[in-house]
Amino acid sequence: MVDRAPWAEDRARAILAAYRAEPGALLPMLHALQETFGCIDAEAVPLLAEVLNLSRAEVHGVVTFYHVFRRTRPGRHVVKVCRAEACQAVGAESLLDHVRRSLAVEDGGTTADGAFTLQVVYCLGNCALGPSVMVDETVHGRVTPARFDAVAAIHRDREDAA
Amino acid sequence: MTARVFIPRDAAALSVGADAVAEAVAVEAARRGVSLDIVRTGSRGLLWLEPLVEVAAADDPRHAFGPVAPEDVPRLFDAGFPAPDADDPLALGPTEAIPYLRDQTRLTFARCGAVDPLSLEDYRAHGGGDGVARALTMTPAEICQAVTDSGLRGRGGAGFPAGIKWDTVRQAPGAPKYIACNADEGDSGTFADRMILEGDPFLLIEGMAIAALATGATEGFIYLRSEYPHARDTLRAALRIAEEQGWLGERIHGSDHTFRIHLRLGAGSYVCGEETAMLESLEGRRGQVRAKPPLPAHEGLFGKPTVVNNVLTLCAAPFVLAHGAEAYAAHGVGRSQGTQPFQLAGNIRRGGLVEAPFGITLRTLIEDFGGGTRSGRPVRAVQVGGPLGAYLPTDALDVPATYEALAEAGAMLGHGGIVVFDDTVDMAAMARFAMEFCAIESCGKCTPCRIGSQRGVEVIDRIVARRDREANRALLEDLCMVMTDGSLCAMGGLTPLPVQSALRHFPEDFHRQAAAE
Repeated sequence: MVDRAPWAEDRARAILAAYRAEPGALLPMLHALQETFGCIDAEAVPLLAEVLNLSRAEVHGVVTFYHVFRRTRPGRHVVKVCRAEACQAVGAESLLDHVRRSLAVEDGGTTADGAFTLQVVYCLGNCALGPSVMVDETVHGRVTPARFDAVAAIHRDREDAA
Repeated sequence: MTARVFIPRDAAALSVGADAVAEAVAVEAARRGVSLDIVRTGSRGLLWLEPLVEVAAADDPRHAFGPVAPEDVPRLFDAGFPAPDADDPLALGPTEAIPYLRDQTRLTFARCGAVDPLSLEDYRAHGGGDGVARALTMTPAEICQAVTDSGLRGRGGAGFPAGIKWDTVRQAPGAPKYIACNADEGDSGTFADRMILEGDPFLLIEGMAIAALATGATEGFIYLRSEYPHARDTLRAALRIAEEQGWLGERIHGSDHTFRIHLRLGAGSYVCGEETAMLESLEGRRGQVRAKPPLPAHEGLFGKPTVVNNVLTLCAAPFVLAHGAEAYAAHGVGRSQGTQPFQLAGNIRRGGLVEAPFGITLRTLIEDFGGGTRSGRPVRAVQVGGPLGAYLPTDALDVPATYEALAEAGAMLGHGGIVVFDDTVDMAAMARFAMEFCAIESCGKCTPCRIGSQRGVEVIDRIVARRDREANRALLEDLCMVMTDGSLCAMGGLTPLPVQSALRHFPEDFHRQAAAE
């Protein structure tokens, strides 16, 4: 599950306080905010600029440079499908097509029920056991279309049970 | 002594169910009243056999079973598990006698998969710590000299002599000095950094401490890619233990030296594996490449003298110090000395990590170790050295894997990743992908990379669509030349390598539509 707390400035300030002494703290701060809020809210940009004595443009530039930082809340689970070369060699492209169809989303999109956000990534470091898919922080290897559907179903069932 | 059962918690092993197997073993042992200790290890790197389960009674050699599924576990117990059982179809015999492992030269990966990654006691018991202990008795200049004499070169891909880099930082004025470890292992087909971080994290900590002693650095940074949550957790825990045990912090190992390590996470940017982009990212900025000079050794992190080394470079240092430069340099050939952890990936039957002396041929790696393709179809193309590496045809595989021989063959070693494709691969699509990847990941600072990659995708599309093919082929060659010569770093500078090698070795794939019509 991804934490997706609604934006709260006091909470954000408390999170950032822990990193103020770190040199070059912007990336650790962005990770910490996204870990709590699920994304980098628009309100976070001026706050970070203030805390780090940067311009808002500089903060915005960093947020938008890195693929990991999202600017909208994702679904409850983030599905990352690898389409780097090693996974392509064992069918990543057709798996990705299947995932798009199965979840009925485009790359970067979130399913209608809010359960999954699909992200395309380039290498999960599981290159001998591809194709690889990461759901939240769990890596799955040698993923077939059927296995992907089973993994997705398990996540949906768990939510229904909870 | 209670029998021990070793089950990896390496991310690759977990990706095929190692946790479920560990749970099944624990449940079955409890149900039967069998007493055993389950030790979660890194991976041995025989990845097609994961989840690989090893058993050992007392100090007996370990016996392996694999690949084990949870449903195999009751059957194994029926036959006397955790006693070794030669008759089970999953029995592999003594682990160290498995040819794939036996035929390797494991200097860096000696402990990986064998020890509990978070037991400093285990680390010490298997020879860990001898390198830094030796370094503490030497002068900084002597440490740099030993590393230079070992022939150790940068394992991130550029292959720069590590000892010379260290010595440059040692002599550079300025304080504090930094050791910046590049653990942004973004190349497709590579996972050696991840394996060692998950399987033997104290080795990196020791290697960084040696680099610190050699250069006078007091602060270390590990830039770990965010796609590696398991490595992150293991490394965090290992750093905490190292601090508690006096391996990091003030007066490390009881000496006068202070050395701290900070763990930083990347954020999904491939180009941040380029050393100056990584430094920018560590400083909290967009991961845009810096022009060189100044070299990071003179003006690196926060403008201070900085050693930037790959995980594997730093992890080779403890062996060099513990066993001597000659022992390391005794392996390999010519100016490619020591061992290289090769990674067999993609469409390969026996994928995994093979640490071998430089000079082993790609064919030996792919056919003898790797066993050909996983699909059973013929090998058609091999990409060596990540997404910026050349595609080689099967008749080029007798090239010895050394920095020099690969360069001569128009290829490069990179981080040692070898990605195998069978005969269903469309090389025009792979060439297009190389340009597409560069367009997605370009930092945007220099025009040949930022715009050239985009134009490259379009030109390849036109060639494949038979639009003005000869003119567009000439245009693509021209574009590749501009990217090679005009880009600021290897991202744009090497993207032409996969593109041009695909064109050269597999021209028929760029004519497929013509053949079909």
